[in-house]
Amino acid sequence: MTPYLLPVLMGIFFGFMARLTLLRTDFRQYPTYPQGRMIHLSFGFIAAFIGAVAVPAVLESDWTAVTFLGLAATQFREVRKMERETLEKIDEDELVGRGTPFIEGMAQAFESRNYLVMFTGLVTTLCTVFSIWIGVIGGLVMLLIVKKNMSSNIVGNIADISEGKIYFEGPTLYVDNIVIKNVGLESSRQMILDRAVGVIVTPKNQNSIVTLSHLGQRQAMLHQVATVLGAFLDSGEPALVPLAKRDLADGRIALFIMPSEKDFHQIQTVIEHVPVLDSAVRMPRKADKGK
Amino acid sequence: MSANHAVIVAVVTMRKEQILSGGAPIFIVQTTDELQETAMTLEKIMDASTHEVNPSTLILVAH
Repeated sequence: MTPYLLPVLMGIFFGFMARLTLLRTDFRQYPTYPQGRMIHLSFGFIAAFIGAVAVPAVLESDWTAVTFLGLAATQFREVRKMERETLEKIDEDELVGRGTPFIEGMAQAFESRNYLVMFTGLVTTLCTVFSIWIGVIGGLVMLLIVKKNMSSNIVGNIADISEGKIYFEGPTLYVDNIVIKNVGLESSRQMILDRAVGVIVTPKNQNSIVTLSHLGQRQAMLHQVATVLGAFLDSGEPALVPLAKRDLADGRIALFIMPSEKDFHQIQTVIEHVPVLDSAVRMPRKADKGK
Repeated sequence: MSANHAVIVAVVTMRKEQILSGGAPIFIVQTTDELQETAMTLEKIMDASTHEVNPSTLILVAH
């Protein structure tokens, strides 16, 4: 038995544990169970392995072996590409799509999680080389860091969600005072009045005004509501498609949605928990405008 | 989200005299009920959405 066998095994174990904690199949039903999970767990195992064996390579001054880390990075970029392609394909058949920025965010998460796993494996192995107990502690600390990294900012932190009144002025549909669209059919108007829910998303500050104006962020909110609370919708019913429109004056977003579940408290909770998309975040307040 | 332009697939109107010409098929009807009914049938067939231009004219638009 080589002196590095135990540290490497420890690194692989904790790295793999990190991937397990990061892999959640939740209400979004993604990754699909069990095939999608298998793919990501295998990738996680490989990542942990590469991270773990990098340490003995350095300690033995085997510098060529370290370059394999670079190779691994290329592999994990492939993971991102694979996830993006799959999700984009699936999105075409979604009644209420995720939108490209949401997909991009998910794909990025899959890539970055593999790096976290690799890093966990590396740190744990390095610690175990000194003593098995330092290794265990190091591994647990890494698991905590990884767990913390998983939670992202949510819409509830950057905006207030309130109920908006749905009404028609002639053929024009309003949520509070924000115009949504023109509906021509009498029957559609009645259906909307019966089943639709209006939501007003009020940004808390100037940064969130810009973030929420992002079309992808709005689509993500609509998608989340449709996924969790159902959608009163079918293909070929464009009159019932949920929409998000913006008040140009103050940046409030009006959502017109037709969930199967009309309880506003649930809708509010769901929208509050929509992740703030990386690609939608803007920080105009931090820019130098000569003020 | 789509940058594609909307296309008028059909026009349903009660005012015959307003029609000049157009790229879309025009359906002439007599009453408001008929207007709504024709528009609804066309909406279901074309998977389009109906919009009101004025009380006597509806257009069907494919988004």
